[in-house]
Amino acid sequence: MIEPATHTCSILHKAKLGPSKMLSGRIIGRLPKLTRHSHVNHFFRPLKYIGIFSVHNLRYNSNENNKVYKSPGTTIKPEECIPEICGKPDDSQKSNDKKPLPPYWKILATLFIAGVTIYAISISNWFTAKKSDLQKDVSKREKDGRRIRRSFQKSKSPSTSNSFPSEIPYLLIGGGTAAFSAFRSIKSRDPRAKVLVITEEEDLPYMRPPLSKELWYNRDRKISAQLLFKQWNGAQRSIFYEPPEFYSDISNLSQSDKGGVAVATGWKVIKIDIPNKTIMLDDGYEIKYEKCLIATGASPKNLPVFESIQDELKNKIITFRTKEDFLDLEDIVHNVKYKNIVIIGGGFLGSELASSLAHNLPKNKKIYQIYKEKFIMDQVLPKYLSEWATKKSMLEGVNCIANSEVEDYSYKGGQLSLVLSDNRVIDADQVIVAVGVEPNTDLAKASHLETDPKIGGFLVNAELEARSNLWVAGDAACFYDIKLGRRRVEHHDHAVVSGRLAGENMTGARKPYLHQSMFWSDLGPEIGYEAIGIVDSSLPTVGVFVKTTNSDTSITSVSSLNETTQPSNEEKLNTQSSLQLNLKKEKTSECSDNSKVLLEEPKKYGDFGKGVVFYLRDDIVVGIVLWNIFNRMSIARQVLARDTKYDDLNEVAKLFTIHDD
Amino acid sequence: MPFIHKDGKDTIIFASKEDHATPSKIELPEPEPSPGLLLSSGEINWNCPCLGGMATGPCGLEFREAFSCFHYSAAEPKGSDCYDAFKTMQTCMVQYPALYGKKEGSLEDLEDEDPMEEHGKNLEVDSKGSHLESKVKELPRTSSVETGIEQSNAK
Repeated sequence: MIEPATHTCSILHKAKLGPSKMLSGRIIGRLPKLTRHSHVNHFFRPLKYIGIFSVHNLRYNSNENNKVYKSPGTTIKPEECIPEICGKPDDSQKSNDKKPLPPYWKILATLFIAGVTIYAISISNWFTAKKSDLQKDVSKREKDGRRIRRSFQKSKSPSTSNSFPSEIPYLLIGGGTAAFSAFRSIKSRDPRAKVLVITEEEDLPYMRPPLSKELWYNRDRKISAQLLFKQWNGAQRSIFYEPPEFYSDISNLSQSDKGGVAVATGWKVIKIDIPNKTIMLDDGYEIKYEKCLIATGASPKNLPVFESIQDELKNKIITFRTKEDFLDLEDIVHNVKYKNIVIIGGGFLGSELASSLAHNLPKNKKIYQIYKEKFIMDQVLPKYLSEWATKKSMLEGVNCIANSEVEDYSYKGGQLSLVLSDNRVIDADQVIVAVGVEPNTDLAKASHLETDPKIGGFLVNAELEARSNLWVAGDAACFYDIKLGRRRVEHHDHAVVSGRLAGENMTGARKPYLHQSMFWSDLGPEIGYEAIGIVDSSLPTVGVFVKTTNSDTSITSVSSLNETTQPSNEEKLNTQSSLQLNLKKEKTSECSDNSKVLLEEPKKYGDFGKGVVFYLRDDIVVGIVLWNIFNRMSIARQVLARDTKYDDLNEVAKLFTIHDD
Repeated sequence: MPFIHKDGKDTIIFASKEDHATPSKIELPEPEPSPGLLLSSGEINWNCPCLGGMATGPCGLEFREAFSCFHYSAAEPKGSDCYDAFKTMQTCMVQYPALYGKKEGSLEDLEDEDPMEEHGKNLEVDSKGSHLESKVKELPRTSSVETGIEQSNAK
């Protein structure tokens, strides 16, 4: 009965229905770690769903009949994977060995067959249709060169404010993930809601995480140009949350008795008159609202040294945030003239991008990562893990330049060079500045809203409310977390979680922020981690890792960080990844040739292949990193929720079954 | 024995499988409530991500009507009184082919979905679950979809 094509699927089924979580974990763990496997693995169980409804999502699937891997997770949309709503954590599965049959689906299926409904149908037309446009776009781009785009004035849609309504029940300022999550939440709770999204961006809401991760792993550049990426299960989807057809026409919104969501792109809200519940657009047009959300997100910071660069360099020194930034960079890095790609910044974006580029670009491209800290991810991971991640990143082919900042630059004869803090000079054909973002709080002053002087963002209470009928979600919200104190979080899942909560509260839920958001990061194909809570490397940590046969040996090297060691030994020790190491060795030695710009001698490091790291504040666990182990976020949430001192964190670590895959 | 090492403020523990063989002594609090498609009250959770944009899109209202009708249907077989609601939904959906599609070829896709498990789980909170189940068993198996179900059941 099971066709070969569905084999993987069936394995998954077995796994999930198996008697233990362990089995399930193992098989899932073997899935190719290409995309948001981890994130998704954790959540995908909830999402497979009444087939009939999940089919809806098939429009995000491959338009090339990709039936090779049709696991239940096919329908997964990472941004929707919200455990609070749909996930029963793993533990519930244990008690669930004997699954009741799913009668709904059967009956619906029967209805379906009977022709009662045709709605459960593959919907890939959107992409097929769009494809041609996009391809046109691509070829046009190739001809004209994308670089011109940056000088363009933003185009507005609708082009004049005439078609805007003068009143709207729900007004969302910003069109990113938080706004998407909010309007979904609003429409779920108020089915006839009329929602107007006003965004400065020129695009409909889309997700950003793939821009530094999955999209670089597409083998076919045309696929990348269409902003399609492969999810953990091999299914392809777009970064756009919804296709254009999903949205209502802005001029019809007021009349529609069914309500809808309309998006005005390229428009800026310059002021909110809070007592009068009115916003003002950049052309002076005013719109009255009943409930308003600020979800303006954040903008990339630049380095002071680049602030007054001449125009001709503006395309050579860029920040990276939007899908246009991705398309530009994708274009650039494949241009033969661009050999030295320099990424500045050792945080999430810089490190992910460096790994993704180094892993996927041909060898004749040099990827440099310059950061002022000693190791990448320094503010997030404990030092030893930072160091280990840095080594892994170098093995991927990243030329790491640690303890370094860009002091100056020169531009002679079309060649850009960067002058680093130790007067070292490196050539840079393209520079990507990834030194963090700052929340977009322009509205604060004109609207008399309070912002946080230290961490930035609009100040809101635990219900994400800034003032009456005004909420803030996503990167721009500085909110009160009942559990962990005042925070501002710049992560995708936080945008999802806070956007949803704001939407609920805009429809009268009056709920505080209780469900903790998580985040994830991938550093090349070998390192993926998920985290929750306060993950700050300045806190004391306890990390529990899987002991491999060589761990005892390697740990000594960790303790003697500054000793010179014999790399050859290490290779032998690292049996597990030796193949990878060897494969990458060429690149590494290439690194060493440029040893001036590299870390000193490669140091030996312990094998921190898999484990869990607890971050402690006053001995209480306030943050957890799940290092290369997946599908355990619900346990992490429970550990955080316990909110007590743990005498023995190794005992706590047992809960995470780190030895199971 | 786990290998414990101190690196400044950070503690590193290497534990072997054997070290973690005994069950943890820690008892965790109840996991956060996570209602899934059905709330504990038996009501439908329209904000369930598993619905994708179904409940929020241009045919969201019609979808909700149809699905509610089915969910609360007391007819025999369940849902047989929902023809009109489904018809209305269908009428709406054909207006948005790019969104909801119009070809019928994807029964195959359905086959490989695993709608079963989670929904089964959801139904656990539904007291009528077993009741429904027994009814389902009476349904004739006719098509490839049924085959798909069969397939999943066998797993």
